[in-house]
Amino acid sequence: MLTLETAQITQGSFTLHADLTLAPAQTYAVIGPSGAGKSTLLGALCGFIPLRSGRLLWQGKDITQAAPGARPMTMLFQDNNLFPHLSVMQNVGLGLRPDLRLGTAEQTRVHEALDRVGLQGMAARKPAELSGGQQSRVALARVLVQARPLVLLDEPFAALGPALRNDMLDLVAALAAETKAALIMVTHAPEDVRRIADQVIFVEGGTAHPPQPAAALMDNPPDALRAYLG
Amino acid sequence: MALRTVAISTKSGISAAILVAALILAAVGAVLWRAEFGSGLGPADWSAIRFTVLQAALSALLSTMLAIPVARALARRRFVGRGLLVTLLGAPFILPVIVAVLGVLAVFGRAGWLNAALAAVGLPGITIYGLHGVVLAHVFFNLPLATRLLLQAWQTVPAERFRLAAQLGLTPRAVFRSIELPLLRQILPGTAALIFVICLTSFAVALTLGGGPRATTIELAIYQAFRFDFDLNRAALLSLVQLGLAGSTAALALWIIPAISLGGGQDRPLHRWDARGGLQRGLDALFITLAAGFLLLPLTSVVMRGVIGLPQMPASVWQAAGTSLTVALISVVVLLALALPLAGWIATRARGGVEAVGLLGLAASPLMIGTGWFILINPVASPFALALPVTALVNALMALPFALRILVPRLRDTVQIYGRQAQMLGLSGWPLWRWLILPRLRQQIGFAAGLTGALSMGDLGVIALFADPDSATLPLQMYRLMGAYRMEAAAGAALILLALSLGIFWIFDKGGRWHADT
Repeated sequence: MLTLETAQITQGSFTLHADLTLAPAQTYAVIGPSGAGKSTLLGALCGFIPLRSGRLLWQGKDITQAAPGARPMTMLFQDNNLFPHLSVMQNVGLGLRPDLRLGTAEQTRVHEALDRVGLQGMAARKPAELSGGQQSRVALARVLVQARPLVLLDEPFAALGPALRNDMLDLVAALAAETKAALIMVTHAPEDVRRIADQVIFVEGGTAHPPQPAAALMDNPPDALRAYLG
Repeated sequence: MALRTVAISTKSGISAAILVAALILAAVGAVLWRAEFGSGLGPADWSAIRFTVLQAALSALLSTMLAIPVARALARRRFVGRGLLVTLLGAPFILPVIVAVLGVLAVFGRAGWLNAALAAVGLPGITIYGLHGVVLAHVFFNLPLATRLLLQAWQTVPAERFRLAAQLGLTPRAVFRSIELPLLRQILPGTAALIFVICLTSFAVALTLGGGPRATTIELAIYQAFRFDFDLNRAALLSLVQLGLAGSTAALALWIIPAISLGGGQDRPLHRWDARGGLQRGLDALFITLAAGFLLLPLTSVVMRGVIGLPQMPASVWQAAGTSLTVALISVVVLLALALPLAGWIATRARGGVEAVGLLGLAASPLMIGTGWFILINPVASPFALALPVTALVNALMALPFALRILVPRLRDTVQIYGRQAQMLGLSGWPLWRWLILPRLRQQIGFAAGLTGALSMGDLGVIALFADPDSATLPLQMYRLMGAYRMEAAAGAALILLALSLGIFWIFDKGGRWHADT
């Protein structure tokens, strides 16, 4: 259970208000107009943007001041999720040990994760030797070994083609289900919401609204959401 | 901006900054303590101050003025060997001063090629010692530097602007006034200021080509007070003058000095539609030929005479070469130990005054620091025994401003691009350096290490203060051979010094690029 309690998130002259609770093992889609503060919300959740007021609680414990790496979550950014100078094994291994001292047990786990995302035999390669879709799979393998209770996606598949993007979304939803993680993903596409989201967080007018069931909301959107969806 | 994107510990960076400041300020404190203000500055001291400013001003003026036609010609002409010539323009920066002086002497000296040519046609010869010799050598070093800086600026002009000028049928005069003059107005003051600051603390050139009451720089006067009179009080007083002069100029110039780029990326000539007249082509060809000759003839002579002189070298040259190599490598290690944490600290801060720490090294002259440390060491140990460690340390401090300018931008980019991901993964401390920063900065580290190694290898400065007759670096040994009029042996030593300096640069620079993932 992750709770943003009467939070104000300020970035420059922009302020986002949020007062919401996220349940475990649910899939949340964060939608809203460009510049409404979707990325700001995710940045605040994982600790890159400090809260100006309010608290962030995880299982009732205050983690407002915790460092990004010490929070129960992992995040995939729009780009630069992989270090180009490290091998696939090292990139995934960083999720287990930041000092990369990978023993046999850790290496086995990395190999298993790579198998799971369909990258058998690619452990020794560098990201530049992989396709865009394969690079996304490496990042997902790392999410898998990290096994954090919350997985945040800030449109990491935006640069992929539609078919590949859907494959990735299905894969990430499956992985989240396997690790019983909650998934929070920013998206622009209503079809993504229908595809994998249980709940929708609509961000608009300086407010991140509390989550609402996706199917009902999309079938019968309120005015502001209807205006956004077009 | 309250965005937290950084996990680099600032502790080691701040420690490095404090260490650098302490090393320099301790020297300043020592010279303050020993300087005798009562006697004030004598006429010889005032003459040294005047000469220092005059030669630096002339060197800056001539280098930048002569660089204009050369850079202009290089910017608008394509020819075979252009890329090589532009690369060679970077060479004087890592060329040992004493080697260049020997080359300049071979061309312009009493028995040089120019005088031989003049004598052949019955004209009186020229003499190179004194003001014009010092300025000539400084122009040899700084004309290429100025040319590269101007060329860099020229290549920032969008091609569309020249296309527009061609469409409008502007005359060469109009092109110059509408496009090139505003550009020059922007870049010339900074270029001249940089060269002025570099020449203010000139020592080796003044030592070899200047001297006497009429051609002594402050730096040389410190050395003479120290070495010939062993008058520490006067050396300390002159050090303070040097610090005030170079420090205030460096602080003023800081605002206008352009970014120093020594890397490639300048071999792309602009496509130009103007300047197609025969006269302009002829003039451009003339300027390029003259500049290339001015740069290449002294270097060629060093190589030619060096090959002849190799068999004449005493064994002490090889010993000195080994010493120099050791000093250069220690310098590189010290530099990296200081520059990397410093760069990490600077890069994670908002742009601001922190870079000034590195510039302390530019403001404080080597002989000033040397004098200060001599005063501090003298009561407790023999300064001569510590000659080599002090030389290595001072060389590292001198290279620090350049190293920071090379490392900081790339580190800033790295933090910008991968900082959040590194934080998300909980990378910090040594793993952060080991797995992110060092691999991302390999090329820059290689370049900075190569530059430091070459500068240290060729440095003839603080070692001249500290060395006893038994210990010498290669540049000092070469200077001693020149002083004993063993010019063939000196030429041989020069060739070895040249090879070692360029070699150490090349090895580090290549090492940084080897298998590098960009």
